[in-house]
Amino acid sequence: MSAALSETRPRAVVHRLARLRPGTWLLAACGLVILLCAAVPGLIAPGDPLAIAPRESFLSPRWGHPFGTDESGRDLFTRVVHGTRSSVLIGVLSTLLGVGLGAVLGLVTGLGRRWLDAAGSRLIDAMLAFPTLLLALLLIAVRGPGVATVIVAVGLSSAPGYARLLRSEVRRVSRSGHVEAARMLGKGPVAIVWRHILPGALGPLLAVATLGVGQAIVWASALGYLGLGAPPPAPEWGAMLNAGRTYISNGWWMTVFPGLAIVGVGVVATLAGRRLSARWAGRGGAR
Amino acid sequence: MHHDARSAPGPTLGGEPGASAVPGPGAAAPGPAGPAGRPGAGAPAVRGHRSPWWLAALWRLLGAVVAIWLVATLGFVVLQALPGDPAEAAVGGPGSQASAAALQAAREQFGLDQPLPQQYLNYLGQLLRGDLGVSYGQKLPVVDVIAPLLWPTLLLAFCSLAVAWVLALGTALVATGRSRFAAALASGLELVASVLPGFWLAAVLVMVFSTQLGWFPAVSDNSARGLVLPALALAVPLAGYLAQTMREGMLSALDAPFAAAARTRGETPWGLRWRHALRHGLVPGINLSGWAFGYLISGAVVVETVFARPGLGRALLSAVTARDVPLVLGVTLVSALGYVLVTLLADALVALVDRRAAA
Repeated sequence: MSAALSETRPRAVVHRLARLRPGTWLLAACGLVILLCAAVPGLIAPGDPLAIAPRESFLSPRWGHPFGTDESGRDLFTRVVHGTRSSVLIGVLSTLLGVGLGAVLGLVTGLGRRWLDAAGSRLIDAMLAFPTLLLALLLIAVRGPGVATVIVAVGLSSAPGYARLLRSEVRRVSRSGHVEAARMLGKGPVAIVWRHILPGALGPLLAVATLGVGQAIVWASALGYLGLGAPPPAPEWGAMLNAGRTYISNGWWMTVFPGLAIVGVGVVATLAGRRLSARWAGRGGAR
Repeated sequence: MHHDARSAPGPTLGGEPGASAVPGPGAAAPGPAGPAGRPGAGAPAVRGHRSPWWLAALWRLLGAVVAIWLVATLGFVVLQALPGDPAEAAVGGPGSQASAAALQAAREQFGLDQPLPQQYLNYLGQLLRGDLGVSYGQKLPVVDVIAPLLWPTLLLAFCSLAVAWVLALGTALVATGRSRFAAALASGLELVASVLPGFWLAAVLVMVFSTQLGWFPAVSDNSARGLVLPALALAVPLAGYLAQTMREGMLSALDAPFAAAARTRGETPWGLRWRHALRHGLVPGINLSGWAFGYLISGAVVVETVFARPGLGRALLSAVTARDVPLVLGVTLVSALGYVLVTLLADALVALVDRRAAA
């Protein structure tokens, strides 16, 4: 902990930034581009993602239409860039939901009494038994398709994984010396959890959640591809792939480019998550 | 990249959020497989001396039964959460316009007029007898709908699993080798593979190998040629995850003292990886089996759709579109049961692999 405090001095921060490897800079740049696409897509692709031009349908990639056009002549590059927002938002929201639910379950099982831990852990086991997509499909069968259902479904299915991680982290941290010390000082249980246990357990959770965003985007796009997510004209990667399915033999670009966008975001999220977890794991291991 | 993997222990590195956010020690369910996630540790043998193995196995079995019961209970909760009148659903789904008398008869026939705890017990009894209810859409018992579709999907899943293990083994062996270039290439491939959406890969494979080259059919049946593309589309992302966990296990084994001892005995680098480190890579890989099963079933839904392949996944998707809840719930319960059984098997397998390692 004392090492972490000394790192916050400005000179040390500059020093640390200068020592970052080129790979980290590249990763940060890619992440920034993705966030930029999600926040202000108009800056990168000024066109209208919904504007149709029937005479320009099924154009292969060329100058002016770098990703080609779809069956209604909409520019695919514009649509892919504008699709970043909904795809990333779905990924982030469902991960937040999963982490939130997982945090509740993980804290209850990690801090609760023995019977509570046993019951909660069995519940987590049972939740893990439902395959991601099947849980999502069950929810959609009950509630009908739509973006909100997709978010809830993907979030629910990721929750047990986070719960399990947080449970083991909470157990690890609450055995460590500084928590013991806080207890000796007579701090209340709420203060101990909030000030001493959560900060130690959140790092690994953040790292895994970053990995999770990438996965959530992939699963959400799978549901979109099956036609169960955003309704057709919306620029969403899964829905765009669904539209491209019909023209797989004569419009390869309609399938290739939205898919590459998903893979790209997935790779960036996974790499960022790995960096974060390597960092937190090093710190946790030192204790 | 290579260096990163070495410096970070397994648990938090799992590339996948859902089941295997904690592929290491956490992924091993309670029971004998507990410490198996720590490669190179002799813990299982020590524990084996403390409590007899059959007690641990019995305890694990009990855990599985509890998990199945909880899964069934969650299924009951879903049925209760359904919008609309369950009696109406029972006589033919929403929009059947059944008369009040028919609804009343259905209520009595299906015990819907009984108190909730009684209904719950009835539901559990039905499940125990293998009765999963009646499909709205097909007017057939769900079991009869599912049974003939199980085999094609399981065949696909099994082929994909085999291909994934072969790919993952090869990648992990290359990635832990001396050649830095090969190692970097292997871990890069493994990263991209693990985030590839299976359905997209399937579509790309169809474009390349069916539309362009014409080597394999775009519509899959159960013939060997028809199986190649769907199995590959499912196997590649899975292989990415498997290779990643196996590589981490092998790397930490290669750092262990016993690896240094083997080196001083004159073991070649290849022999070291093949004979000594591989086993420690296998354990975390096997621990992922339950998750892999869930992944394969999930993936089968999309891949079967792309290849218009008859199977559980495609039937499930059409049931979802028709909002045929009993059928969807039936398939979900069956695959959750499969998950529990596969996890049990994997734990037994891990105990086997680890015992030999400890001996």
